[in-house]
Amino acid sequence: MDRREALKRLSLGTLAAGFAMTGCKTVSEKAAQQHTFWKHVTEEDLKKWDAQFFTDHEFETVRQLANLVIPADERSGNAEDAGVPQFIDFMMFDRPENQTPMRGGLKWLDLQCSRQFDNNFIDCSEKQQKEMLDQIAYPDIAEPDMQPGVNFFNRFRDFVASGFWSSKQGIEDIGYKGNQPYDWQGCSHEAMEHIGLGDKG
Amino acid sequence: MDSTGTDVAGVIPDLMDSPAHNEDGTGGMHMYIPWWGDNSKLDFARGYHVELWGGRGMPSYGFMGGIQNYNDLFLNRPKGGGGYGKQLKEDYRHYYGSIVGLSGRGESIAYKDNYCEIDPDVVDEWGIPVLKFNYNWTDQEYNQVKHMQESFRSIIDEMGGTPLWDMPSKEDGYGITNPGQIIHEVGTTRMGKDPDTSVLNEYCQSHDVDNLFVADGGPFVSQPHKNPTWTILALSMRTSEYITDQMNKGNL
Repeated sequence: MDRREALKRLSLGTLAAGFAMTGCKTVSEKAAQQHTFWKHVTEEDLKKWDAQFFTDHEFETVRQLANLVIPADERSGNAEDAGVPQFIDFMMFDRPENQTPMRGGLKWLDLQCSRQFDNNFIDCSEKQQKEMLDQIAYPDIAEPDMQPGVNFFNRFRDFVASGFWSSKQGIEDIGYKGNQPYDWQGCSHEAMEHIGLGDKG
Repeated sequence: MDSTGTDVAGVIPDLMDSPAHNEDGTGGMHMYIPWWGDNSKLDFARGYHVELWGGRGMPSYGFMGGIQNYNDLFLNRPKGGGGYGKQLKEDYRHYYGSIVGLSGRGESIAYKDNYCEIDPDVVDEWGIPVLKFNYNWTDQEYNQVKHMQESFRSIIDEMGGTPLWDMPSKEDGYGITNPGQIIHEVGTTRMGKDPDTSVLNEYCQSHDVDNLFVADGGPFVSQPHKNPTWTILALSMRTSEYITDQMNKGNL
C-alpha cells in the first residue's frame, strides 16, 4: 500500500476500511462519498489523492532541491529515497495555504537562476545550484533582494525535514526509540552520563 | 474567563548529541513545581502551573521546523543559522532532543467588565448569531505572565541554555496569550444564590426558568489555571442527580 492509498484508507475510517478488506470496496467508497461516515471526505477529496499538484517541471525542481537539502550519507539515503517529493506534493493538497508560496517560490528560483546562469534551476550544474542556495539558505547573511527566496527556502527546508525524518529511514537515522514494544528501565545510563548524571541512574 | 498563558523555549547544549534513548511520555506534563519565591514580594494575586515539553519525540509533521532560528547556537557558524546539505543533515542529529520548553498557565481574575453578548453582525453555519466576547487582561494578569517569563528564562539560563526568542516587551503584554487561546473559557452564566447577580443556582438550574439547566463551563465563578473539564463533569453529575430527584418528586 503506498502512502496515498494509506491516507485514503485512514480517512475513510475503520468502518469503511473494514468493508474494503472484505471485498466490498465499492460499497465503502460510495458510502464515503455520500458523507455517511465522515462528513469531510468528499468526492473531490477522493479524486485529489490520485492527482499531482505540481506540474512535472515543478515536481522535478522539488526533487532536485529536496536532495540538495538532505543528501545521502553513510547513515541514510537522500530525501528522494524517503519519498519526500511525493510527500511535499501531497501536502499541497492537505494544507492548501502552502500552494501559492511554494509554486511562487519555485518560479522565483527559476527566474533567479535564469538571471544568474541563463538556465532553469533543474538545468543548472550542481555547482550553480549550490551557488544559488548559498544566497538564500542562510537568513542572517542573505542580501535583502534575496528575501523572497529566503522565505521560500525556510518553508521548503521544513517540508523536507518533516518528510524525511518521519520516514522509516529517517526515524532509524535520528534514533527515535519510542512507540514500540520496549522494556522500560527508566532513562538509559548512557543518556544520564551524557548530561553528567551517570551516578544517578 | 480564560487562563493566562505564555511560553519560553530554549536550546540546552548539554542535551545535544545525546545517545539514542526512549523519551516517550516526557512531554505534556502538568508539573507542579514547589514554590521557591517570596510571596510577600509578588505583584499579582494567585498563581500558575508549569507544563514542560521537549525531548526526543516521534518525528512527525513539523519536525524540528524553523531550525534556521537556532542551528548556529553553540556551533561555530560564520554564516549563521539555516543551510542545507550534509551540514544541515548533521544539525538535525545534533539538536534533536535538545530543546526544552516551559509553558505557564495561570489563574485570571474574574471581572464584571468582561462579558459576552449576542453578535449583531455574525452568524454561524446554522444561521444562528454567534457570541461576541468583550475581554481585557489587567495588570494582575500582565504581571503574572511577566513573572512566568522571567522565571522560565532563569531556569533555561541555569541549565546553560539559550532561549529561542527574546523576552516579549511590556507593549507586547510580556507574551500573554489572547483571551480564549488557552481554551479554558468558562463563566458568564455564573452560579450564585442571588438572582440579581447570578444566572444559575447551585444545581446549575436557571433562576428564571425551572427546566433550564446549563451543564457546561458556564456556571464557573472563577477560572483557576487548570483544565476545567473535570470540574464541569463534577457539576454535571450534581445537576443530573438533582434533575432525577426533582423529576421523581414531580417538580420538573
